[in-house]
Amino acid sequence: MKNHAYRPLYVVIAVIVAILIARAIMVPKDFGIQKQGYMYGWHRLGNEQDWKDFKVKHRGREYCKDCHPDNYELNANSPHAIIQCEDCHGPAIDHPDNPPKLEINKARELCLRCHAKLPYKQSGRAWITGINNDEHNPGMECVTCHNPHSPVLN
Amino acid sequence: MIDRRDFLKYGLAAIIGTGLAVTETGKVIASAGKSDSVRWTFLVDTTKCVGCGMCVRACKLENEIPYDVSVSRTWVERYIVKTDGTFIADSPMAARDGFIDNVVRNDPDKPNGIIVPENEIAKAFFVPKLCNQCDKPPCVQVCPVGATYQTPDGVVLVDRTWCIGCGYCIMACPYGVRFFHPIYHVAEKCNWCYHRISKGMKTACVQACPFGAREIGNIKDPNDPVTKVIMTERVNVLKSEYGTNPMAYYRGLDSVVR
Repeated sequence: MKNHAYRPLYVVIAVIVAILIARAIMVPKDFGIQKQGYMYGWHRLGNEQDWKDFKVKHRGREYCKDCHPDNYELNANSPHAIIQCEDCHGPAIDHPDNPPKLEINKARELCLRCHAKLPYKQSGRAWITGINNDEHNPGMECVTCHNPHSPVLN
Repeated sequence: MIDRRDFLKYGLAAIIGTGLAVTETGKVIASAGKSDSVRWTFLVDTTKCVGCGMCVRACKLENEIPYDVSVSRTWVERYIVKTDGTFIADSPMAARDGFIDNVVRNDPDKPNGIIVPENEIAKAFFVPKLCNQCDKPPCVQVCPVGATYQTPDGVVLVDRTWCIGCGYCIMACPYGVRFFHPIYHVAEKCNWCYHRISKGMKTACVQACPFGAREIGNIKDPNDPVTKVIMTERVNVLKSEYGTNPMAYYRGLDSVVR
């Protein structure tokens, strides 16, 4: 086997062996064809659990109920009962540990998300009480007159 | 020495045998994972949407999508169909802050936006968009490394540790749902809040919607209220011509919506 013509062959074999070793080290053990078959299920199985373990941040209004019963009750009996606390106050995450304080947004833009009157008869906006932002007490905070937890004026 | 008769005989047998083996394997692979009891489905009622954008805000905060970047896993589109038959549509910042005026800002050449006079509006409405979790996802088929895949309950996920950022999936999605995550620099997409639905919770957008315009359900459960609507009422899907079998159904879908 002194034939120099074999030398390129040794190089090729060495490269293939190197690739196979690298693959054995770098590809995770749970990587492969999973339940969905080759076309749609070729992945690392552990990633499904990685995504399931992603942090839940919006906890729902029941999370707020025990510490804020007054606002919870007031809101529950108003037309705004359909709105989640976290829509306006932001995600609770692990409040009060993290974050210790949640947002209190008094901007008109927050209310205008639903209550800006738009001439879109085929949309859900049509049946909501809407205002013209330039005519309805321009510049004033909505909370001056309306309690956002129970917004109807007596 | 092989004669012509034997060559043809064995040759034919080998071809047929290989063909059968391939189809049978294909069938086994195709039927794998189809027997599970959960297949998530989504129902968007466009007639209920008011364009408040609370869903987009909740999604971005829940799924850690940088808030002040224009990319988003879900968005809301405004369509204004004029009496002359043309239409304009926009979704500024994915409608993160809702639609608070009648100015359409979809044209960089018109920084002040376009206002369609009320008497020229034939119909106008909002359409929430999100990943369709297609039954035959083209984004998964094109992934060269197996970084994106379909789970047995039908959700398409991206493995951030495995994605090489080639962008094929972003090009392949007919719905424009995919984008690059500005921080991780890998493909990013809506996964119907997989961390929430697998715990029995609703997605962040469904929970945030005050009007019930978004609902999530299990299409394998005949008693699921969402499944009942899909089975008994007039619903449609987006771009069915692509053959992707989208699993997000729309109520009140207009033909101008793409």
